Amino acid sequence: MTHTETITTHLAALRRSAPESTLHAVLRRTDLTDEYTLIEGPTGPAYIAWNGRGITAFVPVEAVGSPSDFETRHPRDASFVEAPPDRLVNHLDHAIETGRLGRLPVDLSAIGEFQRRVLEKCVEIPPGEIRPYGWIAREIGSPGAVRAVGTALGRNPIPVLIPCHRVVRTDGRIGNYAYGSPMKRSLLEHEGLDTEAIETQARLGVRLVGSDTTGIYCYPTCRHAKRINDAHLVEFRSETAAVEEGYRACKVCRPAA
Amino acid sequence: MTTTLDQLPNRLSVDRDGAFPDLVRTLQDGVYSGALQFTRNRQDAEDVTQETFVRAYRAIESYDKDRIRDLQLRSWVWTIALNVCRNRARTVDRHPETALVDDRVDRTADTAGEAAANIDLGAWRLRLASLTGPQRTAVVLHHVVGLPYGEIAESTGRSESTIRSDVRRGLARLRTLLEEEMR
Repeated sequence: MTHTETITTHLAALRRSAPESTLHAVLRRTDLTDEYTLIEGPTGPAYIAWNGRGITAFVPVEAVGSPSDFETRHPRDASFVEAPPDRLVNHLDHAIETGRLGRLPVDLSAIGEFQRRVLEKCVEIPPGEIRPYGWIAREIGSPGAVRAVGTALGRNPIPVLIPCHRVVRTDGRIGNYAYGSPMKRSLLEHEGLDTEAIETQARLGVRLVGSDTTGIYCYPTCRHAKRINDAHLVEFRSETAAVEEGYRACKVCRPAA
Repeated sequence: MTTTLDQLPNRLSVDRDGAFPDLVRTLQDGVYSGALQFTRNRQDAEDVTQETFVRAYRAIESYDKDRIRDLQLRSWVWTIALNVCRNRARTVDRHPETALVDDRVDRTADTAGEAAANIDLGAWRLRLASLTGPQRTAVVLHHVVGLPYGEIAESTGRSESTIRSDVRRGLARLRTLLEEEMR
């Protein structure tokens, strides 16, 4: 006599695992597989990943380790290739050389609305210049969201290329970085900034500088501020202080609303 | 595992491309196990599995967020999988040469144990093939894949009581077959 239970036990034992290749094949057929490679970034080797829409990740090798570690932490399936595709390679070289994203496409489609606005604003900060977190918050129309801006930048999937290292504390000090403060400093120094001098200025309470010939005040690293002659340079501790002395905000670095 | 499946529709509606690989990971073993019984060999089963998820992705691409959030994912994926299996069976009937390879005995097995398991797989596929189509579908989905009756009803568009009686009759038929084999 064969018991029904015996039959159902046999049937349950017919279950098999899908072949390992299945997931990868499906993701390839649906265009969800990223490719990645190793490139030389401004401060050392880095993994860079992309898909059909653009760059999806930039991770310094010293922050992650081996390729398999990179694959594990990458949010999507990723397979290694020798070099970036032709459609990206020139734009990528240019972006790394100049510190500007230029025409390099980035894929931020998996990112929420607020974070995308933060990252897109961050891209506008030119190389060799820094802005406080509060500047981004104000520029994207959420002046109260300074903390959220910090979080959004801390989760930047494409650091270096989206230059979150150019965003610093409101008191002017360099502050934290997802890959550690030393890397943030070395990225800024690579762009010609003197991080020691920036920290000293911050400690002295200098947030803004102005020119007594133009009557305009700027963030200290604004390209217009850098042109001010020492003899005409005026330092301010706050926007209010600058405005009280009759200065107006620079229209390029926009240090006030 | 089940909590992952519960959270998936919501995740898919927010981050389709990020959550889709988890949908495949969560459901691929079930789809493949069922497809092994509904097709003639492992290659066909793998093709069916891939095709099912590719179609699922194309469908989700065209759905709005509310529709994705309301999906009963497993039975929905099985509706697609059963369709893919049916279409494949039709193609094989029309072009019998494509069905020449039948790995009832798998020649690529690495160990004796594995080979025995594969012979077992082939023997059961043969027994299941002698059930009526609806009975085989219900038995395989319930006892091999592990789908609850309600989800089988949803994915086949039949009532839950019909599914229950199909499973019962299918098992009775299998018992008769086994007793005949032993005689």
